[in-house]
Formats: sequence, C-alpha cells, structure tokens
Amino acid sequence: MGAYLARRLIQAIPVLIGISLLTFFLIYYLPADPARMYAGPSARAETVERIRHELGLDQPFWVQYFRYITRLLQGDLGFSYRKQIAVTELILSRLPYTLALIGAAILVELAIGLTVGIASAIGRGRWMDRLGMFIALLGVSTPPFWLGLLLLYWFGYLIPIFPLGGAASPAHLVLPALAAGLGGAAWYARMMRSSMLDVLANDYVRTARGKGAHERLVIVRHVLPNALNPIITMAGMDIPWFIGGVVLVERVFNWPGVGRMAVEAIETVDVPLILGTVIFTAVMVVISGILIDIVQSIVDPRIRHFTRSEIAH
Amino acid sequence: MAVASSELQEHKPTQPAVQELGKRAAVTVVVGDSYLAMAWRRLRRDRAAMLGAVLIGLIVLAAIFAPVLSPHDPTKQYRDGLTKGGQPLPSTLVTDGSLRFPLGTDPNGRDLLSRILYGARVSLIVGVLANALAIAIGTFIGSIAGFFGNPLETLLMRFTDIMMAFPTLLLAMTLVAILKPSMWIIILVIGLVYWTWIARVIYGQVVALRERDFVVASRALGSPRSYTLTRHILPQLVPTIIVWGTLGIATNVMLEASLSYMGIGVQPPTPSWGGIIQQGQSFYRTAPWLVIFPGLAIMVTIFAFNLLGDGLRDALDPSQKGRV
Repeated sequence: MGAYLARRLIQAIPVLIGISLLTFFLIYYLPADPARMYAGPSARAETVERIRHELGLDQPFWVQYFRYITRLLQGDLGFSYRKQIAVTELILSRLPYTLALIGAAILVELAIGLTVGIASAIGRGRWMDRLGMFIALLGVSTPPFWLGLLLLYWFGYLIPIFPLGGAASPAHLVLPALAAGLGGAAWYARMMRSSMLDVLANDYVRTARGKGAHERLVIVRHVLPNALNPIITMAGMDIPWFIGGVVLVERVFNWPGVGRMAVEAIETVDVPLILGTVIFTAVMVVISGILIDIVQSIVDPRIRHFTRSEIAH
Repeated sequence: MAVASSELQEHKPTQPAVQELGKRAAVTVVVGDSYLAMAWRRLRRDRAAMLGAVLIGLIVLAAIFAPVLSPHDPTKQYRDGLTKGGQPLPSTLVTDGSLRFPLGTDPNGRDLLSRILYGARVSLIVGVLANALAIAIGTFIGSIAGFFGNPLETLLMRFTDIMMAFPTLLLAMTLVAILKPSMWIIILVIGLVYWTWIARVIYGQVVALRERDFVVASRALGSPRSYTLTRHILPQLVPTIIVWGTLGIATNVMLEASLSYMGIGVQPPTPSWGGIIQQGQSFYRTAPWLVIFPGLAIMVTIFAFNLLGDGLRDALDPSQKGRV
C-alpha cells in the first residue's frame, strides 16, 4: 500500500508541473495587458511601464515562470491586481463555501443516483426502470444553471420555501446543492444501473443464487461491492466536469465560492487571481484523483499491482 | 464477422422448408448484411433512437429555415414588444393576446421565438464543428499513442492527463476570455478542451487492437506502420467515432450554452440560447419565459443527441445493449 501510494504521488509530479507550465503559458500570452488593467484606464503610458517593470511583467517567460513557481511552492500565489489581497488568502476565504456546496452536491448525487441506479437494475425492463432511465437521460441533458434558475423560480419565488440567494444559513445551501447535484445524480443512476447489470450477469451471482442465498443477500454481498468499483473510477473522471457545474451554480445563486471568484477574475483580467484559481482547482482535481485511487485500492487491491486495462482483460 | 453470424443464427429457418428461399435470401444476406448495414437495421428498430433522430432533424430544419419560420427579425427591438411599464411581453401561450409574439419578448422588446429559432444555429454549428475538431485531435493523439508505443505513448498520454486535470468549463472560460469571444474562438476552445476524452477512449481501443492477429499479420507482412494504422486500425475505430460524434455534440452544446450563459459566448446581438437566458435571468420572477423556453431548447437538443448516441452505441455494439 505504501509503495503504491508513493508511486501514485510520484506520478502526480510531472502532471502538476505540466499544469503550472500550461496555465502560466496561457496567461503569459494573454492579449490583454495586465499592467494596463492594474494601472487603470486613465493612467499615463510611463506609469503603465513603471508598473510593468515593478510587477516583473517585462521579464522573459522562463524568468517569470520560475519566480512564480518558487513562490508557489511556498504557498504564495501572488497578489490580486484588483483587490490588492493575497490570492492564497482570497481562495482560502472562499474555499469553505465551495467545499460545503461540493459536499452537499455529492451527497445529492450519490444518495439519489445510486438508489435509482440500483432500483432500476433490480427491476430491469419494468416500467419503473424505463421511467427512471428516461428521467435520468433528461437529467444528464439539463444545464445546471437552467435547473438552478428553475429551482429558484419554483421553490424560492412561487412557493417561497428556500431563500433566493446568498449563503447566510444552511437553508441557503439546499437549492444550489440540488442544482449542482441532480445532473450528476442522473449520470450516476445510469452508470450504476449499467454496472449492476454487468455484475448480475456473472457466474458467481448465479452460483450464489443457486445455493439458495436470499436475493437481498446476493445483491448486498455479491453484486453491490463489485458494481461500486467502476463507479469509483468514474467518480474520478467526473470531477473536472462537476467543478464546471459548481462554477455555474455559484453564479446563479450568488454563492460566495471560489468558482464565482474565478469568474470575476476572468471578467476583470485579474491575472494572478485567474492563475491562482485555475492552478488551485487543477491541483485539487489531481489530489482528489489520488484519493479516489486510494479508496479504490482498498476496495480492489488488484489496482495496486496492475493497471486498470490489465485487470479488464 | 462474428456479429453477423450470430445474428443470422437467431433467424435460422428450419432446414428443408426454406432451402429454396435461402438461395434468394443469400444474395441479400451477402450484400446487405455488412456490419454497418446490420447496425443500421438495429438502429431503425430502436424507437428511442429514432425519436432522437427525428428531434435532431426538426432542430436542424429550424436552424436552416430560421429566416422563413421566424415571425420577426431576431435582433430588432420592437416598440410594441414591451409593456407600457417597459416590461417584456408574456407568451401568448399563457395569456390571451395576439399571436404577434408567440413566446413573448425579451427585456429589449425582441421576439423570443425568433431569437430561439436563430439560436439553434449557434448551438448546432458550435456543437458539430467543435466536436469534429475534438474527434480529429483525440483520434490522432489517441491512436498514435496507442499504436506507436513508448516514448510517444507516455508523452502523449501524460499530456492528456494534464489537460484532463483542468476543470473543463473553467479552462474553456479562461481561454475564451483570453482570445476574445466569437463563434470561431468558441469552436476552437471547446475542441481544444474536449479532445482528451476521445483520446482516452481511442487510446484504450488501439492498445487492445495492436495485439490482434490481423494487425500482427499486417506488420509481419512488412507493411509500414502508417499503412497498418490507417488501413487496419482506423477502420475498426469507426463505430466509436460515430458514437462519440453524436454524444460529444450533446456535451459541446452544453458547454457552448454554459459559456454563453456566463457572458463569454457568442456576442450580442447574435442570439444564442445560453445568452438569452443570461440576458433574461434578472427578470426570472416577472418574466420566467425568458429562462424557461431557451432552456427547454437546450435541454431538448442535448436530450435528442443523447438518445441517438445511446441508440447508436447499442446498434454498433450489441453486446452493450440496454446497459447504459
């Protein structure tokens, strides 16, 4: 286990370097002039040049990159041009809100998605299965921001059960979590059903039934643990998409999270803040990928010794 | 042709009675029962997939004939398109009124129906072209990495990993904002962030294919690698490309709508579905139609491509039927 973890962490290093390099490259070749943005539209040309020099923006690419990386390794992501506050501080102040939203949305995804998927697979072909899968396909086809606006209209305005936006109380979390999580729930329902059907076709399931095991026992002991395995892999692949949904939903509900801040940073060409949030989220994606692999290696120890494609064969 | 023979066995007639018929049938079997012809037959029997195809057909027609179908100019601000208090007009479907603005108007007094019809153009063009670009890049990188092995394999797939670590929408937003939003930039950016998924799938298939006998045989006969790749491997990838060519459009329509909703999509006054929602969302309490109708258009379009894509996957790979 220790060796697997070490190997997995070492594999992540080139990915992390690549992420920082690629992000920095994009921003370096940004057509918008950050020195001009920093100085303001009415600043004189020499002021802009002075600021460009002070911020080190007149240095070559590699010099700027290495200076950025050295600071990054110390947890310093620079200062926001617009807000004049440290980017790390800004991200950390917004992070609890985003984590709360992500946590609640994942809860919605898994609770609804897995339940519907399991029920659909067990009752395969019945009308409940068909209806469930029809709704699931509609669910994966629904833009999260639209769903968010509809939920606001129905349950915030027409029937005012929940607040219309902001993040003052746990009740504020309900609608954003549903908007960010229901699409994923639909996706997991489809995946879980498919995975269950794969496992149900196996000989060991027939054997378990043949020796007279109760159907519920067969499902809980033999089918579910094996069916959940590919779902964990897919959860890892879903993260980058899921974050996109969170960004949109934060915008709809005026949720003060990292995603909304990233959007504001993009709109105002606040370069250090864009760089910081994009690198931060990408690193989070890599870390959650490693965490998911660890969970999977506990569920399925073969992962530690073989690649996934070797197991599949 | 393992697929073909098993399908034939299902309908195998009882021996003596139909031997005569068999001769005639044999001709059609040989001519018509290529893998793709059988897939087409299976697809036609799939009612959900056909519903998807019909819906897609209608949306494409709406986009092409938008100038004919639209009751008004989608960018013209009508003076009678607003109430006396300057509010958008409701849909005539929910209130009694003239059919002048069937789905109501937007906050600028423009006809919503016309804007939604024209908006189909942006969604479809971006969805299809961005996906074509993503498939081209993904197939190229995935098949090269899978077929030529190391060091290209590690290099390309690690690069794919890096690209996949970026949150898709956030990366697309950053890129579009940097490059200044326009329809062509959005197509380019969506293609550039979406190819990784296709590369992964293609890579997995090519890795499995490169050990197969017909590939080994081709190599053993001394054909150049590029020949083996284009003549023996790429044709095997066609079903995957067809399926992703459809499902990917659904994803890219969603991405385009999300970008437009964030205000960094196709720029006004060109109507796009996400943009209509963005411009109308502050009116969602008094004029919910500004959110509901364009959102329905997005959902139905994505739903249609998903239906057809699912059906295509079932038809092209019957072993997966009914799984997803």
